[in-house]
Amino acid sequence: MTQPGAPVSESENPPTGAPSVPLIELKGLTVRFGNRDILFNLTASLRGRAIGLLGPNGAGKSTLINTLLGFYKPISGSARVFGQDITNNLRNIRSLVGYMPENDAFISKMNAVSFVQMMGELSGLPSKVALERAHEALFYVGLAEARYRQLGTYSLGMKQLAKLAQAIVHAPKLLILDEPTNGLDPSARQRMVRMIREIRDSKEMRIVLCSHLLRDVEDTCDEVLILKQGQIAHYSNLDEERRANKRFVELEIYGANGDFTAAIEKMGCECAVTANRIKMVLADGIETRDIFRIAAEQQVRIRRLNFRRDTLEDIFLKAMES
Amino acid sequence: MAVYRRNYRPYSGTLTPPWSRFLVLFRYSRRNLFRSKIQTGFFVLCFFYPLACLVMIYLAHSASFLAKLGLPSQLISIDNMFFFRYMSVQGALAFLMTAFAGPGLISPDLANGALPLYFCRPFSRAEYVLGKSSVLGILLSQITWVPGVILFTIQASFAGTTWTWDNLWIAGSLVVGSLIWIAILSLLAMALSAWVKWRIVAGASLLALMFFGAGFAQAINAVMHTDSGHFVDVAYLTAAVWIGLFKVDAENSITAFPALIALLVYCSICLWLLMRKVRAYEVIR
Repeated sequence: MTQPGAPVSESENPPTGAPSVPLIELKGLTVRFGNRDILFNLTASLRGRAIGLLGPNGAGKSTLINTLLGFYKPISGSARVFGQDITNNLRNIRSLVGYMPENDAFISKMNAVSFVQMMGELSGLPSKVALERAHEALFYVGLAEARYRQLGTYSLGMKQLAKLAQAIVHAPKLLILDEPTNGLDPSARQRMVRMIREIRDSKEMRIVLCSHLLRDVEDTCDEVLILKQGQIAHYSNLDEERRANKRFVELEIYGANGDFTAAIEKMGCECAVTANRIKMVLADGIETRDIFRIAAEQQVRIRRLNFRRDTLEDIFLKAMES
Repeated sequence: MAVYRRNYRPYSGTLTPPWSRFLVLFRYSRRNLFRSKIQTGFFVLCFFYPLACLVMIYLAHSASFLAKLGLPSQLISIDNMFFFRYMSVQGALAFLMTAFAGPGLISPDLANGALPLYFCRPFSRAEYVLGKSSVLGILLSQITWVPGVILFTIQASFAGTTWTWDNLWIAGSLVVGSLIWIAILSLLAMALSAWVKWRIVAGASLLALMFFGAGFAQAINAVMHTDSGHFVDVAYLTAAVWIGLFKVDAENSITAFPALIALLVYCSICLWLLMRKVRAYEVIR
């Protein structure tokens, strides 16, 4: 965890099994429009399989993505994607990236197959391969039945899916999704989130998900960078957080708790008892099965066991308040 | 119908060479253009005058046929004036074709926010402009210098080696004159479509620019008692270059070289305007 504005170091919370080259590496990255710094001195090293970019509107999330894609030039600092500098190797980086923009982006008088095929060809796929993969991508995102319809006639949800199809048609190594669930109804949102999870779990692509919807990020990402007014407000490795939060346990028991609490404390755990509820911090090496074993030995019935857990909302609000 | 599995599959095959990617844009844009029946019809119409010229060349070398019709054998003369007239007619058709086809090339991409999808790929802004302008470039070539050179070749085959060597410069003038006109038309159309965004308005703006340009030039000349007003009239400047290239005796207050320089300046301005608009996202400062 970091303090707001402080750089995120590589050694801090590296995700388990993370590759040696960071997916995204920022060193003092500053982007200015006119006299206004939109991103200021961002330093971070992100290695997760799915990285969430969070922040309120205007925090600089989309600007960061657009800078990584080379749409905006930084005035100072540097950024690397897959270890390649965005100022020198933009073409290489772009060939590794699939991008789904936030706003409407399509060619209205084209059907989805031609649109996705053209985007595949522009990424370097031969024409026949691009056509085949366009069909596959449209089947994959669930637009199979509508793939010969003109994009201009699509609903908002379908346009989002078509944008996702064009982003994955050329098999990128990194998929950048800018507000992918914007404007979707709850069921369409669920489908989109499920698909993002599927892509993440397929391990063929890594994902950067930019959103202001905390649930989307929480459901799909293992690493989160929270931006506020163009600066890093917080970095969090959600996997680590989830693991760390598992140490806080809340129990509701039935039966005499005196011996049970003593036995738990003897194992090094801290306990706070109120009536038949016990809050405890598990000591290292102690697992929940040990608690159940002691409860069985002491003839105590456990009626409820909860892990107390900071939600992403808690983390986000703390970052915004700080 | 092919059945595709609903799964994601990585790709490890070969990629097309980066230099050839602008041709993808050319292919799709051209296909899109010829979906319109009016466009296709007008394109066919553009070959009527070259066909008429072909008949004239044939007649010019068929004295017996002219005699049968009771016409003098020297009725049709195939010379620089003949090809200058050909250029004037085909140039006008090229302008109308540009007004019809040009604005639809870029404005839909801008109106639908498609530019980030192009530029997030290994595809530059210059390649985008090259791909889009090559659609107009090749389309207009097909109705200007390509039939012109074919006509010249046919005339050369009829007239013999001496005529060919003496008039070879006409073929060069056809190509150079057409390319200058194509460049200015393409860049004007694309710059207008990039800034206006609405296809119909962009087409109308191109027509207005040409016609009002001529009127504005006359007004400047009349008010300021000068000939410099013609520098705002792109069609007049092009005509001045063509008169120089085809060595035609025609009155023109501007000579070919200053006209050419002025056209180059216009091209540069259009290119600058185009590059300002053709970017993934516009930065509002």
